[in-house]
Amino acid sequence: MDNNIAQPPTRLQQTYDVIFRGVCRSSAVLTALLVAFIVIKITVAAMPAMRQYGVNFVTTTTWDPLTRNFGILPEIWGTLFTSFLALIVGTFFGVAAAIFLSEGLLGQFIFAVLKAVKMETNPFLSQLPDRLEGIIKNLIELLAAIPSVVYGLWGIFILIPMIRPACNWLCAKLGWVVFFGTPLSGPGVLPAVIVLSIMILPTITAISRDALVAVPPKLRMAAYGMGATRWETILAVILPVATRGIAGAVILAFGRALGETMALAMLVGNANKISLSLFSPANTLASLLANNFPEAGPQEVSVLMYASLVLLAITLVVNIIGAWMLQKAVGVGGGR
Amino acid sequence: MDCDGQNGKDVVIDCCINDLHYGSFKAVRDTHIPIKKQKITAFIGPSGCGKSTVLRCLNRMNDIVRGFRFSGHVHFGGRDIYHPSIDAVAVRRHIGMVFQQPNPFAMSIYNNVAFGLRLNRYKGSVAEKVEEALKRAALWNEVSDKLQKSGLSLSGGQQQRLCIARAIATDPKVLLMDEPCSALDPISTRKIEELMLELKTHYTIAIVTHNLQQAQRVADETGFLYVDTSEGGRTGYLVEFGDSKQIFEDPQQQHTKDYIGGAFS
Ligand SMILES: Nc1ncnc2c1ncn2[C@@H]1O[C@H](COP(=O)(O)OP(=O)(O)OP(=O)(O)O)[C@@H](O)[C@H]1O
Ligand SMILES: [Mg+2]
Repeated sequence: MDNNIAQPPTRLQQTYDVIFRGVCRSSAVLTALLVAFIVIKITVAAMPAMRQYGVNFVTTTTWDPLTRNFGILPEIWGTLFTSFLALIVGTFFGVAAAIFLSEGLLGQFIFAVLKAVKMETNPFLSQLPDRLEGIIKNLIELLAAIPSVVYGLWGIFILIPMIRPACNWLCAKLGWVVFFGTPLSGPGVLPAVIVLSIMILPTITAISRDALVAVPPKLRMAAYGMGATRWETILAVILPVATRGIAGAVILAFGRALGETMALAMLVGNANKISLSLFSPANTLASLLANNFPEAGPQEVSVLMYASLVLLAITLVVNIIGAWMLQKAVGVGGGR
Repeated sequence: MDCDGQNGKDVVIDCCINDLHYGSFKAVRDTHIPIKKQKITAFIGPSGCGKSTVLRCLNRMNDIVRGFRFSGHVHFGGRDIYHPSIDAVAVRRHIGMVFQQPNPFAMSIYNNVAFGLRLNRYKGSVAEKVEEALKRAALWNEVSDKLQKSGLSLSGGQQQRLCIARAIATDPKVLLMDEPCSALDPISTRKIEELMLELKTHYTIAIVTHNLQQAQRVADETGFLYVDTSEGGRTGYLVEFGDSKQIFEDPQQQHTKDYIGGAFS
């Protein structure tokens, strides 16, 4: 008997290893198959409509089940327009919140207050900055847990009445600006965009915060050591390193915005219009689908399947462009 | 602690720490180190005795640490840098720092060196200054043909020299170096030591090192810090300060003798 501690793996351990690898691999394969299955099924169901309407489907603007004219250009426009605007707003506030949380700005402020009243070494109060930061982070993440329909109701009963006077004033005074071209009569692009940006905020904030926290502290130290102010450090050194993570967050959020259904169906106005005005009602692909499925006849189902295929394609293209841009960002950032 | 009296004209930074706390932890006490112009001053001592802490006091890098408190003074250019009217950021623009880990920014070599110049809104030719700094840091020959490459693409030793170039590009009066060679191989270490001796003709340098031979090779003056555990804490303090030759060959204090003896016998 040799009394080495190191022993070769037993039969059992080897079997575990094989089983574990098998489970992981088949889960991965299954997921891929599932995606393929969904795409194929939708394509097959969309086939009749594709044959009948062809490219006209995405280039024409009428949607009339009675005359059997179907075109989804306004919905494509509405989907991209609302998502894009929501993304701008959501990214701005989301990244700002992420900086606020990752840089300990709140903690520093509270600490300064505590110091002013000479309580900073109090064992309970000195925990306060970190605790409060944790609470705010959780609150923002909680935004993701609010059901879509609740956002929709909030938008209809609270947001729209709240912003309407201001919107109509803008339209009356600055109506020549295309974005304010029409009055807000109820649901419309702006309420949809506001709610959508709130819905994507937690995604952007959470992922951007992780990216910012992951920036090596030694870079921060280097910047402070050079005599950079806090903002110079954040803008010139920390944000560029975190670009990749932030861009990932934005793409994920864009995907979510493109597909968001319930809240938009309630808020966007479901009008077949292409307009740059923020106050005009519009429509999106997802809410078109949601609104039309309940009373769709067998033929119409095919048309709706075609529309969902288009939505899928848009999401896919956005993701590919995003991945490509990420790769570019890596090239510029110089690795890491 | 009495810090007056012994400061000649050639003292650039007169550091006098009475107490230094991180939160309720007392990290350093009674440490008086005068740093002389165009000399290299080394801080040595066992791990955790507060060498880095003292060094970071000299350009107010500790201010970033939440809970940092300081009593004493650090005179620089005739003024106390801890005076409420003085901006910590401005202090750091005059007193540069090089860290233990090479930490170039994730940008091109050129932009790394130009970073400080841009911060200070330098009016002259940035390109000239960048070249000058890289030459002084003995890096120019190795990178002159790839200035637009990322600073992270360099080797560890090159990165550290890039960080030195970045720190000296703005002509700081004083350069603080916290174990600048501990992540480097002997050849890079030699290069940086030669560089320090070279830089001494322009700058004043304070360096923390664990390498006693290095302190002996480069430092004009050496301070030995030790940990005092008598009050139950772990408080660092200055045991002995003087000419490097004297500290290493004829230490006066028993702690110094033990520490240096352990390394050289
Ligand atoms: N940011 C900080 N917050 C709280 N305590 C700290 C901080 N930095 C250092 N300390 C404490 O202060 C004491 C001195 O630390 P310092 O880093 O100055 O030691 P050092 O002499 O540089 O050690 P080493 O040689 O290992 O680098 C240590 O007890 C350490 O735990
Ligand atoms: Mg240290």
